[in-house]
Amino acid sequence: MSKFHLKDRQFVTYIIFILGAAVLLGKLMALQLFSGDYEYLAERNAMKKEMVYPVRGSIFDRNGELLVANQRSFDLMVTPREVKGLDTAKFCQLVDISKERFVKTMKRAQRYSRRLPSILIKDLKKAQGISLMEQMHQYPGFYLQERTAREYPIPAGANVFGYISQIPRFLMEKDPYYLPNDNIGRTGVEKSYEEVLRGTRGKKYILRDVHNRTKGSFQAGAMDVPAIPGEDLTITIDMKLQAYAEKLMINKIGSVVAIDPSTGEILSMVTSPGFDPNMLVGRDRSKNYNLLNEDPAKPLFDRALQGQYPPGSTFKLINALIGLQEGVISTNTSFKCNNGWYFSPKLKVGCHAHQSPLDLRNAIAQSCNAYFCYEYRRILEKSNDIELDYQTWYDHVRSFGLGNYLNNDLYVGKRGLVPSIKYNDARMPFRWRAPTLISLAIGQDALLATPIQMANMCAAIANRGYYYTPHILKSTSGSFEADSTFSERKYTSIDKKHFGPIIDGMQMVVENKKGTAKNARIKGIEVCGKTGTAENPHGKDHSIFIAFAPKDNPKIAIAVYVENAGWGSSYGSPIASLMIEQYLNDTISRPQLEARMINANLLEDGTD
Amino acid sequence: MGRTKGLFEHIDWVLVGLYFLLVLLGWMSIYANTYQPDNSNIFDMTQEHGKQLLWIGSSVVLILFILMMTGKMFSTYSLLIYGGAMLSLVLVLIIGKQVGGARSWFGLGSFSIQPSEFAKFATLLALGSFLSVPQLDLKKIKNQLVVGIIIGIPAFLILLQPDAGSAIVYCSLIFALHREGLPSSYLVIGFSSIVLFLLALLFPFTIVASVIVGVCVLGFLLSNKRKRKKVWYYYPLTAVVSMAYSISVDFIYSNILKTHQRNRIDIILGKIEDIKDIGWNLYQSKIAIGSGGFSGKGYLEGTQTKLNYVPEQSTDFIFCTVGEEWGFLGSLVVIGLFLALIMRLIFIAERQRSIFSRVYGYGVAGIIFIHFFINIGMAIGIVPVIGIPLPFFSYGGSSLWGFTVLLFIFIQLDSYRKDIL
Repeated sequence: MSKFHLKDRQFVTYIIFILGAAVLLGKLMALQLFSGDYEYLAERNAMKKEMVYPVRGSIFDRNGELLVANQRSFDLMVTPREVKGLDTAKFCQLVDISKERFVKTMKRAQRYSRRLPSILIKDLKKAQGISLMEQMHQYPGFYLQERTAREYPIPAGANVFGYISQIPRFLMEKDPYYLPNDNIGRTGVEKSYEEVLRGTRGKKYILRDVHNRTKGSFQAGAMDVPAIPGEDLTITIDMKLQAYAEKLMINKIGSVVAIDPSTGEILSMVTSPGFDPNMLVGRDRSKNYNLLNEDPAKPLFDRALQGQYPPGSTFKLINALIGLQEGVISTNTSFKCNNGWYFSPKLKVGCHAHQSPLDLRNAIAQSCNAYFCYEYRRILEKSNDIELDYQTWYDHVRSFGLGNYLNNDLYVGKRGLVPSIKYNDARMPFRWRAPTLISLAIGQDALLATPIQMANMCAAIANRGYYYTPHILKSTSGSFEADSTFSERKYTSIDKKHFGPIIDGMQMVVENKKGTAKNARIKGIEVCGKTGTAENPHGKDHSIFIAFAPKDNPKIAIAVYVENAGWGSSYGSPIASLMIEQYLNDTISRPQLEARMINANLLEDGTD
Repeated sequence: MGRTKGLFEHIDWVLVGLYFLLVLLGWMSIYANTYQPDNSNIFDMTQEHGKQLLWIGSSVVLILFILMMTGKMFSTYSLLIYGGAMLSLVLVLIIGKQVGGARSWFGLGSFSIQPSEFAKFATLLALGSFLSVPQLDLKKIKNQLVVGIIIGIPAFLILLQPDAGSAIVYCSLIFALHREGLPSSYLVIGFSSIVLFLLALLFPFTIVASVIVGVCVLGFLLSNKRKRKKVWYYYPLTAVVSMAYSISVDFIYSNILKTHQRNRIDIILGKIEDIKDIGWNLYQSKIAIGSGGFSGKGYLEGTQTKLNYVPEQSTDFIFCTVGEEWGFLGSLVVIGLFLALIMRLIFIAERQRSIFSRVYGYGVAGIIFIHFFINIGMAIGIVPVIGIPLPFFSYGGSSLWGFTVLLFIFIQLDSYRKDIL
């Protein structure tokens, strides 16, 4: 083979080199020019979406008092892989956790990920968190993550504010906004105004490396969405009044609701027994929740909104108004009472001993049962068509906001019950007539109303014929506006002129020497009220009192229910009266009465 | 010939220019990998890009040394250099430090040196020295045997480390040997055995056997009549040997190759589809390069590389940075530069008057080609993962020094070509 031939072999080398480069370029074209997936895959690798949590709005009372605030709390986090040389016993003592619990949670954290942080202890209180923070550097792998929790400067109003919790699965499935670790308002204002308070979560895109460590922002934050903080709420509650009512209701079961009749704003809304809202925050939250949940007195049950009681004698006011409106009585109409109303040996309604006959005002003042039984018969027998007359009565009653939801901004409610014709037909297969339903005359039978409905009914009387939907939101710090229907008057079907005599009667309840609630009298304030006693088949009767004051331009309408407390005047009227005085005068002139109310213990197992 | 010549006289500036361009692009890629927006001092000696600057600076010193050598210096001392390099390969097996299961490095304090990088040019010098005997016929088995020993010693010693990747590089000397008269059948057999190996792994024996028979029959029919009469038995013999080989592939594959080597081949062949464990590196590398698209994400904007998704990103997978940040255009430029370099090397080798220089030049071109092809090929998934650096690009002192010496000895030889009669 000559040299010439060998020199030609250089071209073999050239060709192989060029082919090699061509193969590489061919594959590169396939990867870089004709495959769209890789850009997405790279982005999915490097870009981590992180949530930016907005600060939850605070809640203030009508006077600007801070009621619900945010406090710093801490979660103790652990990254199992980074834990080194841990003195377990010392550490458990430091963070106040049992060794068994520590080992269990650590195992769970390791199962989740050795490289990613898990929560070891949730919701450490601020003080504990801050003191731990100084020592955490001695324990590699552990750190404290700051978060916010609720804080209640005044330990009252738990039922009004409600509480927040980590969202449970069933709620998360309902609203795509929420993510597994989000908090959500579960009851109270926290629930009704959840969307206003929570704000809107933002998004932050950050770079993460192969070990899931963050490495700055993605595209210099061009795609980031800032969080919108929640709005602060001012609620209609007068916290001083609320706390005072809770104090008066200590060791009693029941409810107090006070409304400003001129606006429908709820001034206080008490359910008793209550609890310190701070119990449902922090590390002991679930323990406390179980405690409250298992308490037979049901502190988590909001009696103000959900407790349904017969209105008792307070309902006589409504029947009186209907009688006047329908013209079946006049203010001068009198009925005789011989220890009650008698229809047959089996059907009679008893009454206490009092002067007889009484006119309308005195019948209210002295709460004569017989008077209202006669009067109620006239209402239902006005046209000799029981269905027509009953429906007329029913519609009047319903116009006071009874028997139906109030459609307000409270998270829960009950309809109460005003028996309809259909309801009566169902429970009484025979032909029912006025005497059959005579208990309705005195607010018993199947009638049921919640304390807030009763307070609202009282406000409607105070306003002489209309009410504003009782509501809890006064204003917000942002653009959210309260429901405009709350500022609309809801008229009852009773003419204004008929309220005067009824209100006179209510004033006499308090001020007449034969009135049923003379203990509600306050010097210098014209209080109008009505006692009631709800028959309780399970025990002692419930003490009821509704009242408003002052008589002209009323500022407060109130309903008090004290379970198993007997007559309306035993606890209902003193408590209502003290509330009125507190609200209108901001001082108590009857310390003895006050002390007696506060100290009274009506709980069966109560120790004093 | 000992005449004095200016240091830069007769130097091929095209090669020098290509060298510095590749070194610069390589450094930029390393910088991009270690770059942090808040910490970007290019002289930061704790970072790879800072250290690489040191290697580049010292490489320039090495270059000046090499260019200062007299004309026949390298051919004269070639066997001595070869002997020294082989000794270092033996020594590293004994006193080298163990890194990742292999003894490939001498540790000198905080500083490590990899003798296999320097064994390459030493082997080329020895090979050139042996082949430059006038009228040496490489068709003779005896000469082939000597060549085999010269190449086999370093390859064997490196395999003992073990560093199969660096050993494979010695296959690239086939280009030089072929040019010097080694029968073409070696080249053909070499490529055929690779192709057969892959076929045997991918297809059942019946298909492989039919292909072998088909090719042999075709070869027989197309060969000229005179030759056919003389060596007719070549064709059935080839067929039988090929079939025996393909049957043995399975054995080689499952018994001689290690599990990780088998896995790497299986992934390339698509027999394993894995993106989590054994396939993670390649998958992330392909994402990096693929996501670069046509024009790349922009310099310093790569996420795959900067956030450590790509492993060994400044050494074995440095091409990911090119692909991700500079896209197809940048890849084209880099491949173009390498192609230009190795073709220029062949061009210049051909103009040498001495066989020594020509053999050396072919060797340099071959070594750079195989590194370049395997390194980029593995990053884009057409070659199994073999850990060898991309010349002039990859981070590392030994690698950069080794390639610099390799290339500049040839530039030095070339600058004296006119002195040789």
